[in-house]
Order: sequence, then structure tokens, then C-alpha cells
Amino acid sequence: MAFTNAVASGRASSLSGVAVALEDVSVVFGSGADSYCAVETIDLNVRDGEFVAIVGPTGCGKSTLLNVVAGLLAPARGRALVRGRQVAGVDADAGYLFQQDALMPWKTALDNVSVALEVAGVARAEARERARAWLARVGLARFTARYPHQLSGGQRKRVALAQVLIRNPAILLMDEPFGPLDAQTRGLMGDLLLKLWSDDRKAVLFVTHDLEEAIALSDRVVVMAAGPGSRIVAEHAIDLPRPRETSEIRLEPRFHALQRAIWSDLRAEVMKAYGDQFGE
Amino acid sequence: MSRARLFTLQIGVAFVFIAAWHVCAQYPVFGEVKNFRFFFSAPDDVGLRIWKFFATGMIWRHLWITLTETILAFVIGAVGGVVIGFWFARQPRVAAVFDPYVKMANALPRVVLAPIFMLWFGLGIWSKVALGVTLVFFIVFFNVYQGVKEVSPTVLANARMLGMNERQLLRHVYWPSALSWMFSSLHTSVGFALVGAVVGEYLGSAAGLGYVIHEAEGTFDVTGVFAGMVVLAFFVLAIDYLVTLAENRLLAWRPPAAGQG
Repeated sequence: MAFTNAVASGRASSLSGVAVALEDVSVVFGSGADSYCAVETIDLNVRDGEFVAIVGPTGCGKSTLLNVVAGLLAPARGRALVRGRQVAGVDADAGYLFQQDALMPWKTALDNVSVALEVAGVARAEARERARAWLARVGLARFTARYPHQLSGGQRKRVALAQVLIRNPAILLMDEPFGPLDAQTRGLMGDLLLKLWSDDRKAVLFVTHDLEEAIALSDRVVVMAAGPGSRIVAEHAIDLPRPRETSEIRLEPRFHALQRAIWSDLRAEVMKAYGDQFGE
Repeated sequence: MSRARLFTLQIGVAFVFIAAWHVCAQYPVFGEVKNFRFFFSAPDDVGLRIWKFFATGMIWRHLWITLTETILAFVIGAVGGVVIGFWFARQPRVAAVFDPYVKMANALPRVVLAPIFMLWFGLGIWSKVALGVTLVFFIVFFNVYQGVKEVSPTVLANARMLGMNERQLLRHVYWPSALSWMFSSLHTSVGFALVGAVVGEYLGSAAGLGYVIHEAEGTFDVTGVFAGMVVLAFFVLAIDYLVTLAENRLLAWRPPAAGQG
């Protein structure tokens, strides 16, 4: 197997805090003859404060991995650890930003954010006050009373981001969160995410099919193979300086070099997935 | 089409219809006027009768009775439908056991139950309420059941990730979703509550709009039948308007449905 591990091992000291650890994780859907192995023997660590992006062809089980870390899905083999604790059931330490609309459509933007605190036992008045502050931080101070259907796709993502971050989760899991947005909004959301993230540097596991987005945002890009039975085929450290401006960083020569290097790994997998879908 | 123009045309349709009716009742277009009037009455007679209904005040009592029956049937049927719908949706095993019986009960034309309700609840309002309840219950039940079952999996997964326990999921996710489905069927269920009330009255009672119509029919008083029907139609429109107002308030979070204003 061509193994192109390009991790800058200087920072990869095993002594530094590990926020997320996947150990020999396999996930199987269904049972018997119809069973389908989504991911196989995955080993992956995310250190405290590290932003890791996972890229791979469609249907390679990227989201499956996130669901295992979130505790929404139990692996067939292996285990997931969040800050040293094995994940069993929904993980309260994790914040999850979904690709699809996940806001409660019957609640206003403010209620959607404040409910995240209220269910944790924070008094209603205080929860609303803090929700208001968070909505202001994501640039929606004027839209607190709107219902999700009255907001644009980008605004809904901002509410979802506030909803997830207000709980101050230990780790952030993001499943192609900006996928449904147009390119410009996606860039703005990326910048907003980096700005919020740089305040307290949580560990992030960010799944995307967009390689440029992965490079622009992350510290490390993990390339997954085409499914079924997808594995990690390569890892690349992203040594671009921070703070970054996603629209600016794309113009750097180093960015292009990284893009070329990662794409050479990713391309083979994408072609494989493409071939599986459309015959030889 | 502008609003004013649309309204003019709508009035025009009524005008043409009433004018044609009037002409037939005044001139021998279809045989003798006397015969026509016996079967179809005349618009001025009907109008006069309606005016009398209200001038003498006799209609208020009947309207009030019908309204009471409608509201009771709706409230009891809706509460029952919400509770049972919720229970079945959250307990698939219970739902599976009761499934054939629910289908059977729903397949039964409700009018055949009217005599048995008369027997059980007497000729007062409760036999009408019971008939309305059997109609409303199933509409609300099926909608709530669907509403709980069809909560978006993403919204549900997100709510779980936000740390909600079962009770909180019920309150913040399942309940609003079920209610929204119930409210979306509000027009139908309120309409059926009224149908239950009027049909019940028609089949045997001493008060209510159905009774007024039935009584007029019993004496071949076509004018009375038509007058009762017109009052009933406006009564339904008024209730429907109130339902629309309630709906607009309760479902403000909903995107306007495609194809509906």
C-alpha cells in the first residue's frame, strides 16, 4: 500500500493532550449477507486545539466516523475515546454541526440557541441573555426573532453554530457544515468559524469533500479511501500560518503545493469511487 | 386580477344566480310558477325567512346549540387524538397491536353510529358531540401519529447532541412537531366536528341548525330548508374564518406552503 504519511512529527508528540482518539474502528451497516462495511480499522488522533479535516470521495464513510465520535453510532469493532473517556451513547462533550438544517423550525433563532442552555439547567432569563450575546457574535443581532424559514441558508448555519458553541463543547464535530451554501457564503462562514475557533481553540474534526476548504481551515488533512471498507490512506500537515483569511490563503504558493500533494492522493480514490458508480 | 375586480366578479356570480332563480320564481319559465315555488321556493321568500329568524331571535338558540356541540366535539376529539396518537407513535408495539382495530373503526361510516349514540346519550347535545368526536378523533389521531413519526432525523439527532433527555425531546421536538401536524388539519377537523353536530341534529333532536332544517323539511317547507341552509353556510364560513385566524397565530413559524397565497 502506498503510504504517504507527511505528518510533521515535531508537534505530534504523544504526550500532548489527545482530545479524540479512534482506535481500530470498523463500522458495519446491516447484518448477514447484506451487511456493508463502511469504514475499516481506522486509527486517528486529534490533539487538543487541533483542527483536523477529513476529505475523501463521496460515500467513503467520513460522516460515519463523526457519528461514531458523537456517540450516535456504535462501531462494530474498536472504540472511540473523547478526552480519554470511551464514547458510549450520545457524547455530551461533543458539539455537532450537521450538514442539513438541524434547527427546530418551530423555534425562533433566539429560542433555538437558548434552548441548548435551558436543557442543561440554565435559568431561562440567563439562557436567553447569553443566547442573544452569541447571536450577536455570529452577526445575527438583528435576527433573533426570526424563524429558521425566514433566514437565509448562511444565516441558519450561523444560528446552528451559535447553538453548538454556546454549550462550550470540548470538541467540535462538523459534517460538511457549509456544503449546501454558495461559494462566497461558504468562504465567509469559514472565516467566521476560524475567528470563533481561535478564541479558545477546541479540537475540531471537520468533514468535507472540498479540498480547498479543508486546507484553508485545518492543521492537518486526513485523506480517506473510497468505500466500502474505507481506510485512511494519507495524512498531510498544513503548515500555513495563522491567523488565516480563507480567501487570501488560497493565493499563497504554499497552498497550491499542499493542494497538489493532497490531490495526488485523493485523485486515485475519487476515480475509484467514480468507477464503482459508473461501471468500468 | 386586482382585489376589487375579483370581488366584483364574485358578487356578480351570486347576482346572476339569484336573478335567474328570481326570474324562474316569477315567470313561467319551467312550467307553472306555483310548482316551481313549491320545489325551489324564491329568493325573496328565503331572504324574508332568514330575516325573520333573526328578527324573532329564534335562530340564536339553535346557532348556540350547534356551536356548543361543534366546540365540544372538536375539543374532546382533538385531545383524545393527540393523547392516543402520541402514545401509539412512541410505543410501536401498542400501535401494531391496535392497528387493525383502528383501521376497522375508521373504515366504518360514522352515520351508522348515530342511532346507537342516540340510544346511549339521549336526544340532547351529547349524542351529537359523540358523533362529532368519532369524526374529529381519527383526523387528529392520524396527523399527530404522523407528526411524531416524521420528525426530521437531523433535527432529532441535533436535539440529542444538544444534550436533551427523553422528556426534553418530547417537549421541544416531538410535541411541537405533532401539534403542527394537528393544526395543519384544523380546517378539516373543525369542519368534521360541525358535520357531526348537524347530522346528529338532523337525525333526531329538539334544537340546533340541523333540527331547524329537518323540521322545515318535514312540513315540505322548502323556504325554511333553504333559509336554514344559507344560515348554516354562513355559520361555517364564520367558523372557518376564526380557524384561519387561529392558524395564522399558531403556525407563524411555518414557511408559506407552495401554491397557497
